[in-house]
Amino acid sequence: MLRKLLIPIVLGVLSVSPALADKVTTFTLPNGLEAVVIEDHRAPVVTHMMWYKIGSADEPRGKSGIAHFLEHLMFKGTKTVAPGAFSATVEAQGGDDNAFTYYDYTAYFQRVATDRLDLMMTMEADRMRGLILSEDNVTTERAVIIEERAQRTDSDPSALFGEQRRAAQYLNHPYGTPVIGWKHEAEALTREDALSFYRTYYAPNNAVLVVAGDVNPDEVRAMAEAHYGPIAPTPGLGERHRVTEPPQLAERRLAMTDPRVAQPYVIRSYLAPERNAGAQEKAAALTVLAELLGGNSTTSLLARALQFGDAPKAIYTSAYYDGLSLDISDFGFVAIPTPDTSLADLEAAVDGVLADFLKNGVDQTAFDRIKRQLRADEIYARDNVDGLARDYGSALTSGLTVADVQAWPDILQAVTPEDVLQAARDVLNRNNAVTGWLERPDAPKVEVTQ
Amino acid sequence: MIKRLFVAALVAFALPAHAELPIQKVTSPGGITAWLVEDHEIPFTALEIQFRGGTSLDPAEQRGGVNLMTALLEEGAGDLDAQAFANARDALAAHFGFSSGTDSVSISAQFLTENRDQAVDLLRLAITEPRFDADAVERVRGQVLSGIRANLKSPEAIAANSFDQLAFGNHPYGSNGDGNEMSVAGLSRADIEEAFKGAISRDRVYVAATGDIDAAQLGALLDTLLGGLPAKGAPLPKRAEWHLKPGVTVVDFPSPQSVIYFGHQGIKRDDPEFFAAYILNEILGGGRFTARLMTEVRDKRGLTYGIGSYLVPQDYAELMVGQFSSANATTAQAIDIVRAEWKRLYDNGVTAEELAKTKTYLTGSYPLRFDGNARIARILVGMQADGLPIDYAQTRNAKIEAVTLEDIAKIAKRLLKPDDLHFVVVGQPEGLPKP
Repeated sequence: MLRKLLIPIVLGVLSVSPALADKVTTFTLPNGLEAVVIEDHRAPVVTHMMWYKIGSADEPRGKSGIAHFLEHLMFKGTKTVAPGAFSATVEAQGGDDNAFTYYDYTAYFQRVATDRLDLMMTMEADRMRGLILSEDNVTTERAVIIEERAQRTDSDPSALFGEQRRAAQYLNHPYGTPVIGWKHEAEALTREDALSFYRTYYAPNNAVLVVAGDVNPDEVRAMAEAHYGPIAPTPGLGERHRVTEPPQLAERRLAMTDPRVAQPYVIRSYLAPERNAGAQEKAAALTVLAELLGGNSTTSLLARALQFGDAPKAIYTSAYYDGLSLDISDFGFVAIPTPDTSLADLEAAVDGVLADFLKNGVDQTAFDRIKRQLRADEIYARDNVDGLARDYGSALTSGLTVADVQAWPDILQAVTPEDVLQAARDVLNRNNAVTGWLERPDAPKVEVTQ
Repeated sequence: MIKRLFVAALVAFALPAHAELPIQKVTSPGGITAWLVEDHEIPFTALEIQFRGGTSLDPAEQRGGVNLMTALLEEGAGDLDAQAFANARDALAAHFGFSSGTDSVSISAQFLTENRDQAVDLLRLAITEPRFDADAVERVRGQVLSGIRANLKSPEAIAANSFDQLAFGNHPYGSNGDGNEMSVAGLSRADIEEAFKGAISRDRVYVAATGDIDAAQLGALLDTLLGGLPAKGAPLPKRAEWHLKPGVTVVDFPSPQSVIYFGHQGIKRDDPEFFAAYILNEILGGGRFTARLMTEVRDKRGLTYGIGSYLVPQDYAELMVGQFSSANATTAQAIDIVRAEWKRLYDNGVTAEELAKTKTYLTGSYPLRFDGNARIARILVGMQADGLPIDYAQTRNAKIEAVTLEDIAKIAKRLLKPDDLHFVVVGQPEGLPKP
């Protein structure tokens, strides 16, 4: 009954108003600070974010974790703001603040009532150049990041395995080093390491300001000019050039066991191109490919083949790809076996699905459905202005422009089934991949099928 | 110097941002009520539905029944099997979420204005005619069992589950609502049907909608969607007795770090002193960097990445609990600090400055919550389930402002029980009694 009802809708074209792009304004200050203003007047709230084009992949060798450590230390005060007073002031204004570090960026944000924006800019501008660090604060905060590492990574076999896999994936590129740092290096980070990193990279010509919420772009601009305008840029900051990967000639495989493993799984990631300014088409095809293969726990290709039917081999499957990256990215899948399936059998079954896909091509109905969903996601995304702010901030610190962000939905819509198949042929090559098995030590040993 | 500047700023901005929240109460022609905030800016609606009861409705032998049932609602309904249902939902680009909690089953839906009727028809199928097909039951059962096995290896889950078991024994609150390996393996289709009949009914439903829909449209939607549900569900659970004794329970777990879950009894949501208790907890262990526990355990000593405490007023018991992780070598020291902070607050209350700052934070941040259709709909359903009046959002900040230092001192003596604290420690902590 419902099925019939649905047919005309599947064929219908979803109308999307271009409302979002109209609500985004950009400007650049003479000192190089780029700014994006996103208007959303539904609630009297604003998110103020300062993104620095500096992440863990920009760290000097041997100093892994310094970008993230510095992020923590940025709350330790300036000449005019005592240690801890930054957050205390935001909280006293009824706001929330925090920060995060990733491979390509470090970002600081506050979420406050709109009329507190000026104060947020006062403080964020103050700490862009004015950080003061005492040895005591550095020592205590280093213990905090080691605890953070212990909680997030060392206590979690899956996270430890992830570090090992990335290290194998990226032989040469710093994406192979964990954001939080290798433990032995993070433990040895010093005050001078942090300050030298800070002095070079925390500068208006290396930053992107994103203000999103119930604001007027002209007022934001005036405020930004007053607070951020006087800050001197760092001279001679060049392009961000990281070392690149050598050609991968051999398939890489890892097997790790840990008694704390609850659920064994097989995971494979292939090196894959990222979104580049003015050239996002391959990334768009890979985005659709990930959706087709494993973007839905019921209808995707891997789910249908491995989780359904008389003898399912997996209880969970998924494919992933994130094209937002300054340098090369990766495309992957993960599969969790049913209790009576070995990882070898499961991996072989996944490879069977991929081979069939490469032979048979794209199912047009599934393809159309995914296109519709991607289009609708634009509507749902507008409900979360914080999310939009993050989209722009992460894109602009990952080598993309505002125009690229705004073109992305249409580029996704322009992807053809042939594009998807070609992207799959280019990327799904085991000589371009790392395959990992995570198991408990008591798991029956099975030969790796080759 | 700039500290002064901030004080001045505080005065200048003393008027808290006003929460403009025009909530309408909508009663459908069939007599079902819902709260609505209309906002026609984005062409979609967020709909939130909550059924009181949740996993605590499970009979002991069928522990996990409500959870498994809820997970199966999107796995086929009416004449659509799991694949067909998912295809239909995705073709409409609608989002449906089904989840079960200790006290409720929740359904979150977001659908586009252009195909709202079809999306609501599909959702109605899921909550009135779920199929519980044998293959779907086995598939989802496998996923639930996998989650249960994962919890057996997760120090966070072990800590929380151990604490609940010690506190509530055989009451449903004493065990995880997902069930255990044996109970979930034993659930039959009849058990799942029974859980469905018991949990999804009109006598316990709360509904809120936000977005591109008006009162008349919502009224019609309510009857379409919920009119066919049974009038009455299973009897609700009884109050949970408190069994937890003071002390420390260590659960051995091989890890460089211990996970610590701790607490004692809490306070009811409708207690006249709830707001004082809420402020008290915010000062002690609120999720902010300036809260006392965060300051003492993280900022001053670097013993943890994060620590917080929480008031948990559930339907049949109240808790005040907290959680953190610390290296095995520093866990005992961190626990001592938590005990000392509990005692210091019990003995001395809070300072006028702490109270003033916390009030500014709580009143200033309240309107910040209401940003986005999906968030507003969730809040409105929660308000109804808590029995709050429809104008609560307008009066809530005044209730925070009204709390005095004396109120805080009084509730500190009543709520905090430094000698009652129980700590469950999962790890290999040094200097604590071996398990």
